[in-house]
Amino acid sequence: MTLRPPQDDGSGIARNLRRISVVVVAMFASLFVAASVIQVGVADDLRGDERNRRTTLTNQNVNRGPILVQGEPIAYSVATEGEIRYQRVYPNPLLYAPITGRYTLDGLNTGLEAAYDDYLTASTGGQFFDLAGAVLTGREPQGAAVETTIDPMLQQVAWDALGGYTGAVVALEPKTGRILAMVSKPTYDPNLLASHDSASVEAAYDALADDPGEPLINRAMNGDLDPPGSTFKLVVAAAALESGRYTPDSTFPNPGSLQLPQSSSVIYNSSGGACGGGDTVSLLDAIRLSCNIPMAELAGELGYVPIKDEARQLGFCHSYDVARLHDPIEYGCTPEDNAIDLSPMYSTYSWYPAVLDAPRTMLSGFGQDEVRASPLQMAMVSAAIANGGVLMAPTLVDEVIASDQSQLVTVEPQSLGQPLSTPTAQALTAMMVASVDSGAATNAAIEGVTVAGKTGTAENGANPYTLWFTGFAPAEDPQIVVAVVVQEGGGLPQDEQLSSTLSAPVGRAVLEAWMRR
Amino acid sequence: MPRGSSGGGVSALTGAIVVKLRKPARLRNIEAPFILGAILLVAGAIALVEVGAGAAFDAMLSWELIGLAVVVIALHVVLRVVAPDADPFVVPIAVLLGGLGIAEIHRLDLAAGLSGWDAYATRQVVWTAIALVLAVATLLVIRNHRVLARYRYLAMLVGIVLLVLPMLPGIGKEVNGARLWVELGPMSFQPGEFAKVALAIFFAGYLVTARDSLSMVSTRFLGMRLPRARDLGPILVVFAASMVVLVVQRDLGTALLYFGLFLGMLYVATGRASWIVIGLLLFAGGAIAASQLLGYVNSRFAAWLDAFNPEHFDAIGGSYQLVVGMFGLAAGGTFGTGLGRGRPDITPLAESDFIMAALGEELGLVGVFAILALLLLFVGRAFRIGFAGTDDFGRLLAVGLGFAFALQVFVVVGGVTRVIPLTGLTTPFLAAGGSSLVANWIIVALLLRLSDAIRTGPRIVIESASGDQPRLVVGA
Repeated sequence: MTLRPPQDDGSGIARNLRRISVVVVAMFASLFVAASVIQVGVADDLRGDERNRRTTLTNQNVNRGPILVQGEPIAYSVATEGEIRYQRVYPNPLLYAPITGRYTLDGLNTGLEAAYDDYLTASTGGQFFDLAGAVLTGREPQGAAVETTIDPMLQQVAWDALGGYTGAVVALEPKTGRILAMVSKPTYDPNLLASHDSASVEAAYDALADDPGEPLINRAMNGDLDPPGSTFKLVVAAAALESGRYTPDSTFPNPGSLQLPQSSSVIYNSSGGACGGGDTVSLLDAIRLSCNIPMAELAGELGYVPIKDEARQLGFCHSYDVARLHDPIEYGCTPEDNAIDLSPMYSTYSWYPAVLDAPRTMLSGFGQDEVRASPLQMAMVSAAIANGGVLMAPTLVDEVIASDQSQLVTVEPQSLGQPLSTPTAQALTAMMVASVDSGAATNAAIEGVTVAGKTGTAENGANPYTLWFTGFAPAEDPQIVVAVVVQEGGGLPQDEQLSSTLSAPVGRAVLEAWMRR
Repeated sequence: MPRGSSGGGVSALTGAIVVKLRKPARLRNIEAPFILGAILLVAGAIALVEVGAGAAFDAMLSWELIGLAVVVIALHVVLRVVAPDADPFVVPIAVLLGGLGIAEIHRLDLAAGLSGWDAYATRQVVWTAIALVLAVATLLVIRNHRVLARYRYLAMLVGIVLLVLPMLPGIGKEVNGARLWVELGPMSFQPGEFAKVALAIFFAGYLVTARDSLSMVSTRFLGMRLPRARDLGPILVVFAASMVVLVVQRDLGTALLYFGLFLGMLYVATGRASWIVIGLLLFAGGAIAASQLLGYVNSRFAAWLDAFNPEHFDAIGGSYQLVVGMFGLAAGGTFGTGLGRGRPDITPLAESDFIMAALGEELGLVGVFAILALLLLFVGRAFRIGFAGTDDFGRLLAVGLGFAFALQVFVVVGGVTRVIPLTGLTTPFLAAGGSSLVANWIIVALLLRLSDAIRTGPRIVIESASGDQPRLVVGA
């Protein structure tokens, strides 16, 4: 304290007061120390105390912005009575759960709710002044709206077409990378987890987390990925054509069975015999009829390096943020890969091993061995073929619009490069068209529309097969790409687990709905 | 001259009208920019609260605050006339602290969805205006503080009545386990806040006359000079009163405040450390006895010592509020969540008892330090009168008011920060509550009046005592 020097007053008051002043300063010093200890010293312990509700209650008093499909909300907030002022509502929860994700009071959000949380709660730097403006004009401040790329009609068609299967559907625009539909089954109701009753949320979450059907996982791009089976032959064929050493007419020996080198394993075509008639089979027919032996021979001749390189260019070994807030993350696709703590809307990276010996390279030629792919990844392969070889970044969001209608984020189409030359893309398109016309994928044919398609059946030993389809339409000017995965063999006996009858019709329904809209 | 003439020329109410023909109101010119700065800071804090909490602009509150600023400026103008030499920092500090309190209370109103006359902030603004008017009235009525010495026994009576009021059945009201309130129809107030002022006046008047006998020494013991046994009477009376407060009002903080006020003033008046030792031993003994004998005091102690124990955390009247308040302070960290952006509303009674926890959450440790520094500065301005004052009654009164203020801050903020057990006192100027505001602004008025009597330096004054011819005074 700045006090005047005591006067010699004879009464001793000044001297006594000086001593009392020391006591007062000591009292305040104890308060300074105590406040420092609480606010800095042990603050982390206090924040971590499980009884501390503040840690989990941030931002709940902002009117959270909606998530939209073509202007209609698929997630929005309504005012409620009570301590927490808004209730999150998902009007069509099962259909859109993989896109919205969930908004929970414990802050463990997922999906776009998590990726765009700062915008939805108006807490980005750009929105601060909007907030200030809202205060000055007396408006109730509101978080921004996130407009997705999803087409509600197509989303519903994909949902219906997938029926009761466990699996996923991804549809996107090849020219832009905009995702038009993304369905995953089984799924969950995010309304159950948005309740303000923490006990019921906990019970609902425990039930979902323990569900063997894993409803919380978005199978369109996350989870334990499946072997892509014969759909991966597109990647191997692309690598062959890009090498310049092969054309669609290149031929391969056509035995009914093949023993892999340095191995006792024998492989067969899915038909059981040779691939069509003749002593040799062309690359075109190998793709059209989806034969395993010629593709294994091709992979063996090529070696794993060109296949690996082509796969990486087409998006394997990359995680993509479909919210488009972050750049892709590249992985080594080695066992030493470190899992990165990813943003909420990153896809799980598809896998083509960094190093393979000869027999395993041949197995990878038809999408077996350790190859793994997400439906999103296989849609990207088809999209690159459909788009003249140029791969566009997969995108789930068009724009973010603040409550004052100003545009906070505009997501422009972004090229990820050209993994295929235009002639290669055209040649692959022709093979896929042939597959739908007169090959393994005839169940994807649509009358009056040239469809390009490729089926895939990943045989997981004794386990149920994984059934794939990917394709696009119309082949001459592709407007839509689709990828379908049906897991668990569609729940059917193993001899009925056919991609031609299970996954191809799902893909066809999606393509047809888009062409006939 | 009546001011400063010897012989205690207390012509008070009929006193001289002093006309000073010197450079007018130098100290008031210092005060003016500080008041304006305080008002601007408060306006900024209110704006940040509304932006931070995402609230709509509250036009009504803005007009109220503008009105309040006008009253503050009116006080400044009155001071230019009736107390031009008064301390220039007391009013700006009080305005800034009070304004920060209103901002945080408004923030809590927003969280609770209160507006209009239901809002604590609205009532706080009105009470501040009333308190300012009463402060002006105090300055106008008490033109010379020495008149108060004459009414010291009246002050004692008023102080005792105010202390006893909450204990009376019918009008006394128990809030949160402590009996500190009086309810008269729709009005309720905390008489203890006013008792503090009355008792400071009484103690100052009493000690000025009794200090000589209280300073007498009988024997030496352990290097201490003990007072005479017959002089122990007053301290025993005040100690007994404090214990009655502790037992009946159930509030350790209030008991500590009154007893500490008396001890502090007694020491400043007599300079005898033995009084302090005797007093502290008495109080410690009383507090320990009470904690053993009285269940509610015991549980308060237990909740303080072992606050994080779930047993105390979950108990009714246990440590929940204290711990949740500490969670809030921790959430604020060094720089705070920002005004309007924390969740101080989670803490019970955040607008009154726990206003410091709320401010600490949103302004951080930095804000807590700044507020404590302002409170300490206020105490410093009171003590300055004690150092520089010209009469012992005024000096003791200023010291008493300053020390009571400091003790109260220590008891309240110490309770929130777990330095001492939690009690039911209010944080001066910051906490919601009309009684506290009025009492503290009356303290401001008294400090202004006391400091106006201090000669700040050699000067030439022409005084015109009533009826006399103007005369030239050269003095210090």
